[in-house]
Amino acid sequence: MAFDLDRAPLDAGYDDPPKRMGFFTDTSICIGCKACEVACKEWNAVPEDGLLFTGMSYDNSVGLGADTWRHVAFVEQRKPLGHQETGARDMDFRWLMASDVCKHCTHAACLDVCPTGSLFRTEYGTVVVQEDVCNGCGYCVPACPFGVIGRRETSGTAAKCTMCYDRLEVGQEPACAKTCPTDSIQFGELDELRERADRRLEQVRAAGASSARLYGHDPADGVGGTGAFFLLLDEPQVYGLPPDPVVTTADLPSMWRHAGAAALVLLAGMAVAAWRRGR
Amino acid sequence: MSNQTDVRLDDAPGLRTEREATPGSAGRGGRSLRPPEPEAESYYGLPVLNGTPWSDHDIAGYLFLGGLAGASSTLAAAAELTGRPALARAAKVAAVGAVGGSLYALIHDLGKPSRFLNMLRVFKVTSPMSVGTWILSAYGPQAGLAAATELTGRFPRLGRAATVGAGLAGPALATYTAALICDTAVPAWHDGFREMPFLFAGSAAASAGGLGMLAAPLAQAAPARRVALLGAALECAAAVRMERRMGLTAEPLRRSRLLKAGQALSVAGALLGQGLGRRSRVAAMAAGAALLAGSVCTRFGVFHAGTASARDPRYTVEPQRQRLAKSRAERDLT
Amino acid sequence: MSGMGFSWPLLRQLTGKDRLGRAAAVKSPRTGEHPARTAAADRVVKSVCPYCAVGCAQNVYVSDEKVVHIEGDPDSPISRGRLCPKGASSLQLTTGSGRLNKVLHRPPGAADWREIDLETAMDMVADRIIATRRATWEWENKGRRVARTMGIASLGGATLDNEENYLIKKLLTALGVVQIENQARVCHSSTVVGLGTSFGRGGATTFLQDLQHSDCVLIQGSNFAEAHPVGFQWVMEAKARGAVVIHVDPRFTRTSALADLHVPIRAGSDVAFLGAIVNHVLENELFFRDYVLHYTNASTILREDYRDAEDLDGLFSGFDAENRCYEDDTWQYEGMHTVAASGERDEDYDRPAGSMPAGRPEVQGGTGVPLSGEPRRDETMRHPRCVLQVLRRHFARYTPEMVQRVCGVPPELFAQVCRHLTENSGPERTAEFVYAVGWTQHSDGAQFIRTASILQLLLGNIGRPGGGIQALRGHASIQGSSDIPTLFNLLPGYIPMPHAHEHEKMRDFLRADASCRGFWANMPAYLVSLLKAWWGPAATRENDFRFDYLPRLTGSHSTYDTVLAQLDGTCKGYLLLGENPAVGSANSRMQRLGMARLDWLVVRDLNLIESATWWKDGPEIETGELVTSEIGTEVFFFPAAAHTEKSGSFTNTNRWLQWHHRAVEPDGDARSDLWFMYHLGRIIRRKLAGSADPMDRPLLDLTWDYPVEGETAEPVAEAVLAEINGWDAEGRPLDAYTQLKDDGSTVCGCWIYCGVYAGGVNRAALRQPAAEQDWVAAGWAWAWPANRRVLYNRASAAPDGRPWSERKKLVWWDEEAGRWTGLDVPDFEEGKPPSYRPEPGAQGPAALSGIDPFIMQADGKGWLFAPSGVVDGPLPSHFEPQDSPVANPLYGRQRNPARKLYRHEDNRYQPSGEEPGASVYPYVVTTYRLTEHFTAGGMSRHTPYLAELQPEMFCEVSPELAAERGLVHGEWATVITARGAIEARVLVTDRIAPLHLNGKVIHQIGLPFHFGPNGLARGDAANELVSITLDPNSHIQEVKALSADIRPGRRPRGPALPELVLAYRRRAGVTEDTGTEV
Repeated sequence: MAFDLDRAPLDAGYDDPPKRMGFFTDTSICIGCKACEVACKEWNAVPEDGLLFTGMSYDNSVGLGADTWRHVAFVEQRKPLGHQETGARDMDFRWLMASDVCKHCTHAACLDVCPTGSLFRTEYGTVVVQEDVCNGCGYCVPACPFGVIGRRETSGTAAKCTMCYDRLEVGQEPACAKTCPTDSIQFGELDELRERADRRLEQVRAAGASSARLYGHDPADGVGGTGAFFLLLDEPQVYGLPPDPVVTTADLPSMWRHAGAAALVLLAGMAVAAWRRGR
Repeated sequence: MSNQTDVRLDDAPGLRTEREATPGSAGRGGRSLRPPEPEAESYYGLPVLNGTPWSDHDIAGYLFLGGLAGASSTLAAAAELTGRPALARAAKVAAVGAVGGSLYALIHDLGKPSRFLNMLRVFKVTSPMSVGTWILSAYGPQAGLAAATELTGRFPRLGRAATVGAGLAGPALATYTAALICDTAVPAWHDGFREMPFLFAGSAAASAGGLGMLAAPLAQAAPARRVALLGAALECAAAVRMERRMGLTAEPLRRSRLLKAGQALSVAGALLGQGLGRRSRVAAMAAGAALLAGSVCTRFGVFHAGTASARDPRYTVEPQRQRLAKSRAERDLT
Repeated sequence: MSGMGFSWPLLRQLTGKDRLGRAAAVKSPRTGEHPARTAAADRVVKSVCPYCAVGCAQNVYVSDEKVVHIEGDPDSPISRGRLCPKGASSLQLTTGSGRLNKVLHRPPGAADWREIDLETAMDMVADRIIATRRATWEWENKGRRVARTMGIASLGGATLDNEENYLIKKLLTALGVVQIENQARVCHSSTVVGLGTSFGRGGATTFLQDLQHSDCVLIQGSNFAEAHPVGFQWVMEAKARGAVVIHVDPRFTRTSALADLHVPIRAGSDVAFLGAIVNHVLENELFFRDYVLHYTNASTILREDYRDAEDLDGLFSGFDAENRCYEDDTWQYEGMHTVAASGERDEDYDRPAGSMPAGRPEVQGGTGVPLSGEPRRDETMRHPRCVLQVLRRHFARYTPEMVQRVCGVPPELFAQVCRHLTENSGPERTAEFVYAVGWTQHSDGAQFIRTASILQLLLGNIGRPGGGIQALRGHASIQGSSDIPTLFNLLPGYIPMPHAHEHEKMRDFLRADASCRGFWANMPAYLVSLLKAWWGPAATRENDFRFDYLPRLTGSHSTYDTVLAQLDGTCKGYLLLGENPAVGSANSRMQRLGMARLDWLVVRDLNLIESATWWKDGPEIETGELVTSEIGTEVFFFPAAAHTEKSGSFTNTNRWLQWHHRAVEPDGDARSDLWFMYHLGRIIRRKLAGSADPMDRPLLDLTWDYPVEGETAEPVAEAVLAEINGWDAEGRPLDAYTQLKDDGSTVCGCWIYCGVYAGGVNRAALRQPAAEQDWVAAGWAWAWPANRRVLYNRASAAPDGRPWSERKKLVWWDEEAGRWTGLDVPDFEEGKPPSYRPEPGAQGPAALSGIDPFIMQADGKGWLFAPSGVVDGPLPSHFEPQDSPVANPLYGRQRNPARKLYRHEDNRYQPSGEEPGASVYPYVVTTYRLTEHFTAGGMSRHTPYLAELQPEMFCEVSPELAAERGLVHGEWATVITARGAIEARVLVTDRIAPLHLNGKVIHQIGLPFHFGPNGLARGDAANELVSITLDPNSHIQEVKALSADIRPGRRPRGPALPELVLAYRRRAGVTEDTGTEV
């Protein structure tokens, strides 16, 4: 079972592909307006996802799935934000908002496990579902370590953020980044965004937000770095993100070896059991 | 923080844009007057993962039937080669029935069953389901041919070849399903990927043995009894080792009553088979039934333990945080 | 089986580079086959977002005559291509399945709608209007000519185009209708008074993009980030450049989350807070001395008989307790006095002869106050009666300790605000104030804005880059519907509507209202040009230009007075044009009860809003107080055209007129309000043609011949704009209002908009990309007046004409060229040098000197002290809201003595402060917007993409209050006042902190006001709880601060609901007199 995960997405097989494109979502300037959620749905004709009052601060979209491709998390904490002064209470308080989206992983489990080739890597290095190919096996759903992709009830097929593949092809930025009122969602060439993010992190920390960190920008992490990465102001799990996700297929070679061994054991066991004399 | 305004009325390029805004920088706050809250470990207790959209009947059933089919074919081949025609015939019929059922379950669980054949667009070594599909399409026809020739009695040579072929492909069919569920982010499945194939192989063998005992005359059922015993032993050994190695994410497995029942039934069935089952046809049939039931319970147990582990963010977050802490510690050492 | 067949991906995988089959090899033929809608569209139409007044530009993509996509236009200097969730959902708003395109009719007593065709419906409405008009026509009122009907009223216009507002005002006025109102009344009318009296014009003094040049942005009475998200990017720009951002608000909102300081304040206590900053600035001599001395009336000396609120325990001299109003003659400058003007203050009674009634806010509010004579000044500003010293004494008791007691703001936090504000003001720095309806909607709302104006004048921040006061407007054209007013008390360009008991002839009217100084002195030209625009050839000098065709006012005819008129049966017909009072107006129950008494009701909207369906499913039907079969109101529902289906201009919060072009024709019977008004007028005129009845003359003489286009015969909006702009005797479009004449040779529908069609070019449609011009963006759209972007910008230069500083230069005097120049169009006579001093007795603009930057003011100065124009006091004083759990610690008077009250069984007031029974309603309630919804929900609650984001009515309470009242997070709570009780889901949050007012703990309850029973996102309307209590200046309702009780669980259903409200009233001992003291 020799295959080299680390060559993805370089083994995409495109002739002189464009630079890899990505999102840098800077949550420190997110105003939680949810324009990204709506612009995304409007462009991609994503159906309404239920009229549910959750009581989770101002978040009534709950999380990413087949019918929510951008999701703004709202976290109310009794912690300080930089040097911000928050008034009368004898306590610190901050209200974190963050727009989550498909990470378009360098090593994308959903793509790896898709048995039909419906999920594929585009020339921009993004990961996209080809709805016309998907047979709805749903394997990609448990494979995603971020809980991004889902299977749509109405169509029976998998659905998630495409980074507006069709817009990229005509040289336009994705709908969410286009609409973001404060430019919290930034779109561009991934390399450039990563540099920008490093500078930004220093700036935010210097401004007093010591808990600030980048998430998904490190090519050495478990998914080889993400095409959509974030500047967070607290631990990832606070926003509903896994702290150290690893693409499950990293272990697949070993899985195959174990499965093979088990198969041989079964074969041998059968043989022994059958050829042994006696009743 | 002191004021740092740089107002340029000429809008010259190179000015900082609003994305450089640093909210909260100019205040004087930031000194907590209350003890900090305990670290939140999740977002409103919601799962990190989206879990599986699979129905347990279809997929757990698929795991069971696939295992039964694969192991039965191997047993059939072994029986045929060692001159136990009745056992072979029973196993072949069982195999073709089981593989049919598993195929139905697989297709039935698709969101778009009409597109089942899209599975054959590609061969993806990175996708156990793709590999499995090809295994199935290699195994299925042979198993079918083996059973058909057996029942009709025609083309014996071809039948023999198909029987052996299916017998060799069988174990792959019985164990790839382990890779299938382990190759996900579901903690209780993924973390068990080393033992899961053996657990599945064992469970498959036990079920095939059970079926052999159930269907074959005592005189020819000896291999079935031994296979069942080996299978049950392998299943239990794998389960024990898995739970011991996995740590936190083993909790849902440990908590699973179905798994316990599965192992108990397998062991009981195997022992009963080796004991009374050698003499009494009734006992043998009871043992066989127990073994089959045991395998069913084991597969459903594994399936539900997995979905439970995906529902609770703790099983996703905790191990990852420990891993991070560990790697940090190592980094600090060096 | 796609992808199989001859190009089997497996083969590509095995033969190509993508061996693992994860990319190129597995791409399906259909993928990438369909190009993006944006690229494939047949055409892209330039438009403007129809929601709030930021005025984000939109690109509307059309394929096969269908709108297929709407997104932001990156060329816009205001929005830079961005849209908030509402703007981003406008495709669903305009093309969603929820929209109706058939006319519905509900006959009196009927149980349900029936569809009728458009033509029949128009004919029926025309007949209703004619009949009601005949039946209710009123030639005289108390012996004075009024020539009007009180039987018909209309409401709405802020969501419509300027051109539509113009036709509404023009037609209805010609019909003799005076009860014409819109959202501006209930949103920002107090802004017109507050800013207008202080600076001369009622609009924001600056524009959104200029925020980026501010060193300190103080946001108070506004939830900027949530209500105007795209505008908020300019606060972030300022922040990126190091500005300090302060948010003063009862709640920690999405705005606070991005600010440096959040200052929690008790709703309704802002005057005390700002007044204390004024005191801090004065006591520590932190004001901008040169600016204050030359550009404000600080040095002006007041009359000896003036008495301050400090002397009379909350009253100023001249109070008429019987009529709850002031006579303002004692507030005048010494040696100068206001021309007698009466206004909406003098309600249905006659004033004692010889008295000097209060000034008229709509005049001064709009365009400065007429003055005459020479004021005395003391350049040292030490004279005990000079304004600065009066100001000092007035605010002396507004101390940090008082702020703690009244507002619940700790002194150290208050000190921080003072420090930032003063450190960032002066020649080198500027601070900007941003507010919205959190300031306007109070029983003394105009005084909130006055206090901020005083503060900004003292700090020298008006008319300078990064300074000023930004009034954030909430509707696409709410500024426009005030400029071209669908408001009862105004004519276009803030010319007052004439009142009945004087002004028989135009010259009396002009003598009364026109100033002899400043640009207001040209009012005769503005008014005559307007009358010519309306009655054309029929208006001649001989017949006084048909001034008598204008119906006359007798007191207040605001939308709330109209509700009372409906209840007492005077008002029989009602037009609702894109407004939803059944949810959006104070005491929405009274709104519905009023509508239930009507003969006929016409509702024009995109969706079936509550105001259209109350007769079958309103709350009163549920409680059994109303029975559908017994409701005699005949209801018409006309589907309206969306912004993408008509051309026209919106005036945004920058005062910029932005044109949006029609992208497609509306579906079915949906029509624009331009179409509705034009054809309604045409039909009525046809039906009345040849009538000899004098009451029909104004209608038949009306100029009403607009060109139409398309199969729907849509009037050409640009032709209406041309009339608004005006033309000269030869029919050439006018370039500026300075060309207007009072001899009848010029025509102009709205003098302040004169120039928008200069040279026959529609300047509202100008779209020079932001990237191709500087930040002032003079080439994008057109701003009134004269395309000036920062008002009063003469003040950005020192008296000598040089900028105060290089860093803050905007316009300056160019000595060589002998003219004013700079980055913006100078808001000053171009050739008037700084050295200019007027001859004694000079008239009009010539009477203002070269150092008088506030050219609409008769003395050319910014008003720290308002000698006239603000009817409840020349200086702001803190009064408690009408219903408040707190006793006023500053004055013996608990409430604003001049507030407007309505005694009515359904509008009971509550005991306050120390009054017995006050503890029955112990908590402060404040209402507000959410980003995800729009006003009364008519444009958001029917839209799935918005509804799912905020699906249900909720209330925000602190953990402490939840514990005190046993409220459970996520469960239900019931909020009760003397007017009603509503239920809401409970959101327990630290974001709404209890306040400590010297030991006394005050809990606040937050209620979004968007919800109602119709649509996808539903809930009880917060306005059920609110009383009708009005600011006497602007007739705006107090909805931002009241008191209530809250208890766990859902509200009772059926008759038990009113019973619960009554039980509370009994416990509190509420009577008709409660809270009505002077």
